Amino acid sequence: MRGNMGKEYETVIGLEVHVELATRTKIFCGCSTAFGGAPNTHTCPVCAGMPGALPVLNRRVVEYAMAVGLALNCDIVRDCKFDRKNYFYPDNPQNYQISQLYLPICRDGFVEIETAGGSRRVGIHEIHMEEDAGKLIHDEWEDCSLVDYNRSGVPLIEIVSRPDLRSAEEVMAYLEQLRLTIQYLGASDCKLQEGSMRADVNLSVRETGASEFGTRTEMKNLNSFRSVRRAIENERERQIDLLEAGEEVVQETRRWDDERECSYPMRSKEDARDYRYFPDPDLPPVYISQGWLEEIRDRQPELPWEKRKRYGEEYGIPDNDIEIITGSRRLAELFEGASALCGQPKKVSNWLMVETQRLLKEQGMEPEDIRFSPEHLAGLVKLAEKGEINSTVAKEVFQAMFDRDVDPESYVEEQGLRTVNDEGALKKTVEEVIAANPRSVEDYRNGKEKAMGFLVGQTMKAMKGKADPGSVNRLLKELLQHWKMD
Amino acid sequence: MEKTITDETIEYVSILAKLTLSGEEREQVKRDMGRMLSYIDKLGELDTSGVEPMSHVFPTVNVFREDVVTNGDDSKNMLKNAPGEKDNMFMAPRTFE
Repeated sequence: MRGNMGKEYETVIGLEVHVELATRTKIFCGCSTAFGGAPNTHTCPVCAGMPGALPVLNRRVVEYAMAVGLALNCDIVRDCKFDRKNYFYPDNPQNYQISQLYLPICRDGFVEIETAGGSRRVGIHEIHMEEDAGKLIHDEWEDCSLVDYNRSGVPLIEIVSRPDLRSAEEVMAYLEQLRLTIQYLGASDCKLQEGSMRADVNLSVRETGASEFGTRTEMKNLNSFRSVRRAIENERERQIDLLEAGEEVVQETRRWDDERECSYPMRSKEDARDYRYFPDPDLPPVYISQGWLEEIRDRQPELPWEKRKRYGEEYGIPDNDIEIITGSRRLAELFEGASALCGQPKKVSNWLMVETQRLLKEQGMEPEDIRFSPEHLAGLVKLAEKGEINSTVAKEVFQAMFDRDVDPESYVEEQGLRTVNDEGALKKTVEEVIAANPRSVEDYRNGKEKAMGFLVGQTMKAMKGKADPGSVNRLLKELLQHWKMD
Repeated sequence: MEKTITDETIEYVSILAKLTLSGEEREQVKRDMGRMLSYIDKLGELDTSGVEPMSHVFPTVNVFREDVVTNGDDSKNMLKNAPGEKDNMFMAPRTFE
C-alpha cells in the first residue's frame, strides 16, 4: 500500500487464534460445557475459583490438542506442563488463568494457504492449552457487572502463528484453513459468531524492503470473518497515517468496535502486562509416550487437502464441486456416504451443488446444519435413476428431505408420487388433452413448436405431475401426427 | 546480608497486587520482602550442577479425568459465596467494556 508521501508500505500480521474444544466437560472439572444453560448452572468449586478446590485435567483436551498439532505439522512437546497467568478481572475467579507458557504442547508447525497470489506456508509458533474465562454482563441499573461462570474452565487451545501474513486475504485464507482442518478433526465447531473460534490480530507496518519489524498493536473483539478483514484494513491505514505524520505507533492492545468500524486502546498504562507466570503446583506434568502419540496419529481422519486430491482421482466430478464439497465436513460425509450407496457420485454431487446450496442460502443455514442422511440422499438418486419419479417430483421430495429428513421411498409411496407407467392410462389422458385444446393443436399443426410445451404441461397437470415427461412428449407427438393425417 | 527493596519495586508490586499501602505499611513490607528474598537466596549456596530441573515436586505425571459430566446444577451453593447476587449471577464491581 502506498502512503501520501509516495512511500510503499508492507503489512506484517501474526494471529492468535483461540478455539473452544468440543469436549463434553470442562478442562479441569466435570461440569458440562453445553452452550446456553441458565447462568452459573454449570459451575462447581473448581471453575468458580473457590479456595482449596483442586483441578484435574481432562484427557480429551490433551488428545484434541495433539490431533490439531499433528494436522498443523507441529512437533508435539512430549513433556509439557501448565502455568498460572496472574491477573485480576471478575471473569477470572481464581485471579489466575491456567495456561501453558514454558512448555506448550505443540511447537513449530505450518499451514499451507492458497490465495490469488499463489500458495504459501504460514508458520505456527506454538499451540497451548488453557481455560476460558466467565462471561461479564454489564448491569446499567445497578451500575455493576454480573458474572456467569458457565464458560469459565471451558477448554481452549490457542494457536499462535508466526508474523508470516501480509494481507487481509492471506489472513482470511489462513483462518478458513484452520477452521476447516479443526472441523474435520471434530475438535471444535469453530463458529466465530458464537465465539467458539476467536482471533486476535497482531499487526505492524514497515516500509517495503525494511528488515526490522515496525511497532505492533494487538486487536481484540473480532467476531466474524468480516470484522477481521475490516479491522486489518482499518489498523493498517491508522498506522500508516501515524508514520506519515511523523508520529510513532504505540505498542498496545486495541478493541475493535464493529458498529462504528474503528478501534480504541483497551488497557491503561498502569495496567502493566506483567502476568508473573509460574508453574501450577496443583497439576502434575503431562508426559506423552510414543505409544500415545502413535495412537492419536492413527486415529487422524482424512484431512481437507487429502480429500481434495482423492476426489479428483476417484470420482470424476468437476474441480469446483470438489472445492465446495470438501469445504465442509458435513457435505463431504454426505457425498461419500450417498455415492457409496447408490454408485452415482455425479448425481449426488449435483444434488449437493444445486438444490442443497439453493435451500441453504434461502434458509440462511450452514452445511453443518443439514439434517438429511446419506442413506436418504442415495435413495432419492436411485428413485430418479430408475425412472420411478420424474425430475419435478424429485425436487419436491428433496425439499421434504431437506426440511424433515423424510425417507424418499416411503414419502413417494405415501404421497402417491410414483410416475405412472401405465401406457393405456397415459394415452387416454393425452387424447383428452388433445380433444380439449383444439387451438393449441391447430397452432402445433401450423408449425408453432411452443404449442407442444403447453400440451405437455396440460397433460402433466392432468396426471398430477406423476407422468414421465419423456413418455408424454413421445405420445403427444405420435398422436398429433396421427391427428394431422385425419 | 539483607536485600534492599527500592521504593520503585514496592510501588510496582503494589500496583500488580492492587494494594494501597500507607507510609508505615510500605516500610514494613519493604523489610519483610527483603528478608524473604534473602532467605530464598540461601538456595544459591547449594551446588546444583548435574541436577535435572524439575517442574513439579511430586514424581507423578498424567493425572487425568475422563470426559464425563459428573456435576449438576450447584448454582445455589456457588452463589452463597458471592459478594452480591442478581439473576443467578455474581455481582462484581463495574468493569468497563
